[in-house]
Amino acid sequence: MKKVLSLLLAAAMCTSVLAGCGNSAGDTADTSSDNGAESTAAAFKIGGTGPLTGDAAIYGNAVKNGAQIAVDEINAEGGIQIEWNMEDDENDPEKAVSAYNNLKDWGMQLSLGSVTSKPGEATATENYADRIFALTPSASSTAVTEGKDNVFQMCFTDPNQGTASADYIADNQLGTKIAVIYKNDDVYSSGIFEKFQAEADAKGLNIVSVTTFTSSSATDFSVQLSEAKSAGADLVFLPIYYQPASLILQQAKSMDYAPKFFGVDGMDGILTLEGFDTSLAEGVMLLTPFNADATDEKTQSFVTKYKEQFGETPNQFAADAYDCIYAYKAAIEASGATPDMSAEELCDLMIQTFPTLTFDGLTGEGATWDATGAVSKDPKGMVIENGVYVGM
Amino acid sequence: MKQSKNMLAGRRDSIISYGIVIIAFVAVQLMILTGNISSSLKGQLVPICAYVVMAVSLNLTVGILGELSLGHAGFMSVGAFAGIVATTSLADAIPLAPLRLAVAMVIGAICAAIAGVIVGVPVLRLKGDYLAIVTLAFGEIIKNIVNVLYIGLDENGLHFSLVNQTFQLAEGGEMIINGPMGVSGVEKISSFTSGFVLILITLFVILNLIHSRTGRAIMSVRDNKIAAESIGISATRYKLLAFVISAAFAGMAGTLYAMNFSTVTATKFDFNTSILILVFVVLGGLGNIWGSIIAAALLTILPEVLRAVNDYRMLIYAILLIVMMIFNNSGIKTRLMEKRAARRAAKQASKEGI
Amino acid sequence: MTFLSYLINGISLGSVYAIIALGYTMVYGIAKMLNFAHGDVIMVGAYISFCSTSYLGLSPLLSVVLAVIVCTVLGIVIEGLAYKPLRQAPALAVLITAIGVSYFLQNAALLIWGSSSKTFSSVVGDWSVKLFDGQLNITGVTIVTVLACVVIMAGLTLFTNKTRVGTAMRAVSEDKGAAQLMGISVNRTISITFAIGSGLAAIAGVLLCSAYPMLMPTTGSMPGIKAFTAAVFGGIGSIPGAMVGGILLGIIEIFAKAYISTQLSDAIVFAVLIIVLLVKPDGLLGKHVSEKV
Repeated sequence: MKKVLSLLLAAAMCTSVLAGCGNSAGDTADTSSDNGAESTAAAFKIGGTGPLTGDAAIYGNAVKNGAQIAVDEINAEGGIQIEWNMEDDENDPEKAVSAYNNLKDWGMQLSLGSVTSKPGEATATENYADRIFALTPSASSTAVTEGKDNVFQMCFTDPNQGTASADYIADNQLGTKIAVIYKNDDVYSSGIFEKFQAEADAKGLNIVSVTTFTSSSATDFSVQLSEAKSAGADLVFLPIYYQPASLILQQAKSMDYAPKFFGVDGMDGILTLEGFDTSLAEGVMLLTPFNADATDEKTQSFVTKYKEQFGETPNQFAADAYDCIYAYKAAIEASGATPDMSAEELCDLMIQTFPTLTFDGLTGEGATWDATGAVSKDPKGMVIENGVYVGM
Repeated sequence: MKQSKNMLAGRRDSIISYGIVIIAFVAVQLMILTGNISSSLKGQLVPICAYVVMAVSLNLTVGILGELSLGHAGFMSVGAFAGIVATTSLADAIPLAPLRLAVAMVIGAICAAIAGVIVGVPVLRLKGDYLAIVTLAFGEIIKNIVNVLYIGLDENGLHFSLVNQTFQLAEGGEMIINGPMGVSGVEKISSFTSGFVLILITLFVILNLIHSRTGRAIMSVRDNKIAAESIGISATRYKLLAFVISAAFAGMAGTLYAMNFSTVTATKFDFNTSILILVFVVLGGLGNIWGSIIAAALLTILPEVLRAVNDYRMLIYAILLIVMMIFNNSGIKTRLMEKRAARRAAKQASKEGI
Repeated sequence: MTFLSYLINGISLGSVYAIIALGYTMVYGIAKMLNFAHGDVIMVGAYISFCSTSYLGLSPLLSVVLAVIVCTVLGIVIEGLAYKPLRQAPALAVLITAIGVSYFLQNAALLIWGSSSKTFSSVVGDWSVKLFDGQLNITGVTIVTVLACVVIMAGLTLFTNKTRVGTAMRAVSEDKGAAQLMGISVNRTISITFAIGSGLAAIAGVLLCSAYPMLMPTTGSMPGIKAFTAAVFGGIGSIPGAMVGGILLGIIEIFAKAYISTQLSDAIVFAVLIIVLLVKPDGLLGKHVSEKV
C-alpha cells in the first residue's frame, strides 16, 4: 500500500513535470523549429549560459550583470531592442547544454555562448549544429572556436595569453629564474601554462620550478612557494584567477618571499576583492584587457552604473559581456539585420559581418576578428602601484 | 507460501520497472514524432538514461548489498574515458556509430569492472562508513589520475603518459585525452534509443540477479553476514560480485554519458556526482529498482523545470529535496495513508448504507 | 630545516582540518549520522564573523562570540526542521537530508552575500613566531588553532565524561533504546549535540578563514570533505582521533606535495588513507566493535 501510494505520488509529480515540459514545448514548438521567425516582437533575443551558482558563480553573475547594463543602455536609446536572458549552467557542460536548450525553447536568436571554457565547448558544438551565432565573452580555450565557423570570442584565447606573457617577460627582461604555479584541473590555467612554457623555451627563459594545485587543494600554497623560493625564482608566473592568487600573495608575504608576481587577465579583480589588503598586491604585474580604474569616459560610466545597480566593482568578465552586447549592436547595424530574421539568417549575416568589424570597447580599442572567431586586440600590461593599475 | 508471495512481489517489481521504462520511451518517441517536445527535455534524454543506469547499478551496491558507496562516479569516469579512447581508436575500424558505441560500452564496462575488482578486493572487508570513505577516496584518486593522464593516437597506435606529456605524436596523430584540458571534440554518437536499450539491458541483468539464488545470497549477506556465512555462503565472493557488476554498469553509463557531449573532463565525475547518484537511490527507496528509475529521471528534470524561478532555483531544489526526504521517511506519509484508508472505508460504508 | 618547515606547514593545515573534524566526529559519535552540512555551517559562521567585523565594526573576539551564537541557533533550527522528523528513518535518509541542507545553506548564502569572494581579515591578527633566524616561521593563526583544538578536545572529553548531559550523550551513543528506558530524553540529547557541534563549527569557520582568508559560499564544502576524511582516518566518533587524524592528514598532504608531486598530491593523500584503513579498519584511534551474532 505504502509503495502504491508513493508510486502514485511520484507518477503524479512526473506527469505534472512532463506536462509542464509539454506545455512549454507547445508554446515554443514553432520557435524551436523555426528559431523565432514568427516572433513578432521587435527585439533581438540574446541568450547565454554561465555559472550563477556554485564555485564559479562570480564569473557568471558578472557576465549577466555586465550584459544587462549594455542591454538597458541600448534599449533606452530606442533604436535596436534587445531581450537578454542568462541561464545557470553551474560550470558543468551537461547543465550548460540543458541551459542552452532552454534558451532555444525561449527563442534565442543570438547567443553569448558560455562564460567558462568547458561548458563553452559543449554549447559551442550545439551552436554550430543549430546554426545559432555565438560570441562568447570569456570562454577562452581554442577548442571553443575550433572548427566552428559561427562561434566567436570576445576575450583573448588562452594560448594567446600564454605566449604574450612569455614574450612580455622575455622582452622586458623581468626575470631570470621563473617559477610557475598553475591550477591543473582548470582548462583556462593549464591552457595558458602550456603555451607559456613552449614560448618561454623558445625565448630562452629559465623556468626553475613548476608546481600546481587543484580545486580540492586551493588553500595552502606553502609548498609551492617554498619550492619557488628555494629554486631562487625571482619571478613567479600565476596564470590563475585572483582568488587563489590573493592567498598566494598573502602566504608569500608571511614567509618573507618577495619575488615579482606576473599574472594574466584572471588576476584582474584582485584590487576590488572585498577586505583584501591591496598592499599585498603592490608590484604585481598582469596582462589584462580591462581596468576598472581607467579614466576614460566609457569605462567610468560603466563602472559607476555597475556599482549603482549591483553594489560591486565590475571585473573583466562584466566588461567583456558589456562589449559583446555592443559588438552585436555594431554588427546588427552594419549588416542591417532585423529582429524578425530567423536565427539561421542572423547567423549567416553575423559570420559575414564580424570579420569586417573594427570594434572599440571597454576591453580594447580597435578589436578585430578573423574568420576562425578569435579576437585580435592588444592585452595591456599593467603593474599595480599604490593600489591602482598603472600601464607598463 | 511466504516465499511464493515474495517471488510474486519480485515479479511485480520487475514488471513495474520494465513498464515504466517502456511507457516512458514510447511516450517520448510519440512526443518527438509529433514535434511536441521541448529542446530542453530532448537534450536531457541521454543524461537521464545514463543517470538511471547509474542509479540502478548503485542500488545494487547500496540497496541490495547494503554497503554505502560514495565513489560511484569514479567508475563512471573510468567508463567514460575508456569509452572515448575506444570510439576514437575504432573510428575507422567500425564506421557504424551504434555498433561502435556498443563496443565502446563493453570496453568501458570491462575497464570499470577491473577498477571494481581492484577497489573491491581490499576494501570490501571494511564496514559501513569506513567502506564509504574508501570509495570516496577511490573516486578522488581516479579524478586526480585522469586529470594528469595523456593519451594520444597516431599511426603507431596508442601512447600513454602520466603527469607530463612525454610522447610525441607522429604526423596526423591526435590527442585523445589531454591531461587537465580533458577531452575535446568528441563525436556525439549516443542517442536516446541507445540509452533506452542500455537501461533495458541493465534492468534485465540486475533484476534477474536480484531475484536469482545469487541475489538472495547477496541479500542474506546484507541482512546477517554471520548467519549467511554459517550456512556456507561466501560473503566476500558475493559482495565482490555485486560490487563489480555495479561498477561495470556504471562504466557503461559513463560511456553513454561521455558520448553525448562534445567535451568531458575528469572533474565532472567528482564527489558531488557520486552524491547525486546516491540521492537518486535513497529517494527512490533502497532496493527499489523502479524507485531509482523514477527518482533519477525526476531529479534530473527538476532543476530544469525550476529555471522558471531564476535566482531561487537551487534554493528551491534544496528545499524540495529535504521535503521529499522527510515526506518519504517520516510518519507523515503513513498518517496520510491511514487517513485516506479511513476515508475510503467511510465512503464504502456510506455507499453500502444506501 | 626544509623538512621542519614543511612539517610546520603540515601542522598548520592539519590543525584546521582537525578543528572541523572535531565537530564532525562529535555529531557522528552521538547521533550516528554523517552531517554533510557541517562544512556549510562553518561557512555561515565565517560570514557572520566577517560581516560583524566589517559592517558592524565589532571587535574580532565579539564577532566570534556572535558567530558561535548564530551557528548554535542555526544548528538547532536545522536539526529541529530537517533531522528530527527522521529519527526513526534509516541512516541514509538522514545523510541525504543533510546533503539537502548543505545545498540549501550554500545557495542561501549565495543569495544573501553574493557570489563575489571576500577576503577575511584574521581574527588572530598578523603575528608570527620566527625561529632559527627566520628560517622557521610559525604563524599566529597556527598557534591559536592548535591551542583551540587542544582546548576543545579536552573540553569535549571532560564534558562527555564528567557532566550529566555528557553522560546522557554517551548513553545515547551506546544504545538509544536503553538510554530512553533509563529516562534520558534521546531527542533532547541529540538536539544538544547538534547545538554544540554547530557552535564548534563557527569557531572552526573563523579559524579556517583566518588561516586561508578566502570566503565564498562554497568555502566550507572542500575543507568539510577533507575534515570528514580526517575524522574517519582518526577513527570516527573518537574525539582525540579527530584531532590526530586532522593533523596527520595535513602533514601527509604537505609532504605529498613537497616530496612527491603537486600534481598527484590528492591521489597520494587518499591512497595513504586507504592503506591506513586497510591496516587499521577502525581508524587510528577508533574503537573496535565486535560483531554480535
